[in-house]
Amino acid sequence: MALGIGKLLNLWKTPPPSPGAARRAPSDKHSGKGFLVFHNTGEVLRAERLLRNAGLAVEVKGPPAQLRTGCDMVIVFDVLFEPVARRLLQKEHLDPLAAVPVSDPLLEPVSLFNTTDYGEWFMVRAANMKITVEKRTGTIVNVSGGGCPDVPWLAARLSGRRLDDAEEPCIRGQTLCAYALHKAFVEARRIWREGV
Amino acid sequence: MSWIICGSVPEEGFPLSLGTWRMEGEQLRADGTMLLPHGGTLSDLPVQRGTPALIAATLQVCQSLNLPRPLALLTGDTGNGAGSLALYAFLSGWLATTSQAIAGMTFHYLFPNVDGHNRILLSVRAYAEKHTAPTLVADAGFMYAAKMSGYADEYDLFTPDAGELAFLADENAPHPFYTRGFLLDSGIAPKELAQRAHAHGNCARTLLIKGAVDNVAEDGMLVASIDSPNVPYMEPIGGTGDLVTGTVTGLLMAGLPMHQACIAAAKTNRLAGALASPTPATQVSELIPFLPEALLQALADFSV
Repeated sequence: MALGIGKLLNLWKTPPPSPGAARRAPSDKHSGKGFLVFHNTGEVLRAERLLRNAGLAVEVKGPPAQLRTGCDMVIVFDVLFEPVARRLLQKEHLDPLAAVPVSDPLLEPVSLFNTTDYGEWFMVRAANMKITVEKRTGTIVNVSGGGCPDVPWLAARLSGRRLDDAEEPCIRGQTLCAYALHKAFVEARRIWREGV
Repeated sequence: MSWIICGSVPEEGFPLSLGTWRMEGEQLRADGTMLLPHGGTLSDLPVQRGTPALIAATLQVCQSLNLPRPLALLTGDTGNGAGSLALYAFLSGWLATTSQAIAGMTFHYLFPNVDGHNRILLSVRAYAEKHTAPTLVADAGFMYAAKMSGYADEYDLFTPDAGELAFLADENAPHPFYTRGFLLDSGIAPKELAQRAHAHGNCARTLLIKGAVDNVAEDGMLVASIDSPNVPYMEPIGGTGDLVTGTVTGLLMAGLPMHQACIAAAKTNRLAGALASPTPATQVSELIPFLPEALLQALADFSV
């Protein structure tokens, strides 16, 4: 994906990883937060999963306007843990394009879910993605919505699988729609496990 | 005059191709001469959801109304965007050199990339100066890119669902994933969202808004609502929106005015749902056989 990399690097020069990184950046003083920029959304999804599993508090948000190309996310993290995060990412061959201090509010992803009861089935919507599940078996019977090209591919992989057996969409998803589908999937699984 | 449908196929190795397709059972099969700019071999396409479902619906309209089939410009893309970027590059070059008369273009499941979008829009403008301006329809990922580019108002038709309408109405959101909650889930009426999207230049001149009630908006004003037959189980079925966009594409190919084409397409989809008696587990491929009968009913109701 062409990410306007030249533009990005002109805006923010990323220092090489060093133990000193945690002490830099006076501009961090306001929030203590930074964000990591990657080549594409698929890398963001992988990195988020990796850092979360390692116990780091990270969030996915939208980048500032000058970095947007169409389907973008960044990972917000505590700058104190930048060296730790970079080491973890390097082990998995994930190389952020830049680490940028958060100076302005970033776009928040959708956090609300909408659930519809269809009797034997229920549907969960997150942003523009919907997933429909048979209550009795937990089988995913339909995936709808979305506009990024991995949605039809993920939908085909999920349809007919049980919620407790299906691979989470974030593992192979590469777009914001896939991430929204992942959130709907996780919420549907939570609802189903609690008994609907 | 031809119509071009541009979209993706969820297969990594599917080659960039330009040509016509026909229905063969529940699959699409390449028909006639295919342009394969980068080589490769085409396989049959299952009609499940996405652009193949859109094409299948358009083909049903073409067959019912005895129209020539549309051209399809397809690329394989499973989400990394490489296939879509190849399509953007090819199309912008092809438009600069083709002598083909193009009545319209429908853009669908493509990786939203503003640079790619803008290259195509510039090529369309240049084409329109030499020939005639094609009707521009956008849905799904390409609609997202069109909105983010700031040039959404150069399009003739967008076909969002209710959630995507909230995204169009949110002047700050670059993707539906970032739509602010006060627009997405607060029950704001489609009328207000359409006005807001139009006021910020973030939508096409006409919106066909797909939902429990389908609405048509022109220049930000609701001009029609279609609410019957009411088949609530249509919403969970993946691909029903693709059928609506495919149907309206076919009706525009037939020369229906935009307003009539939108109403008839929404009505057709609802009637197909009523004829199929679906459940939330029904697949979109099960609805497609009902489209021809639904279309005839819709057009009869509409006195077209």
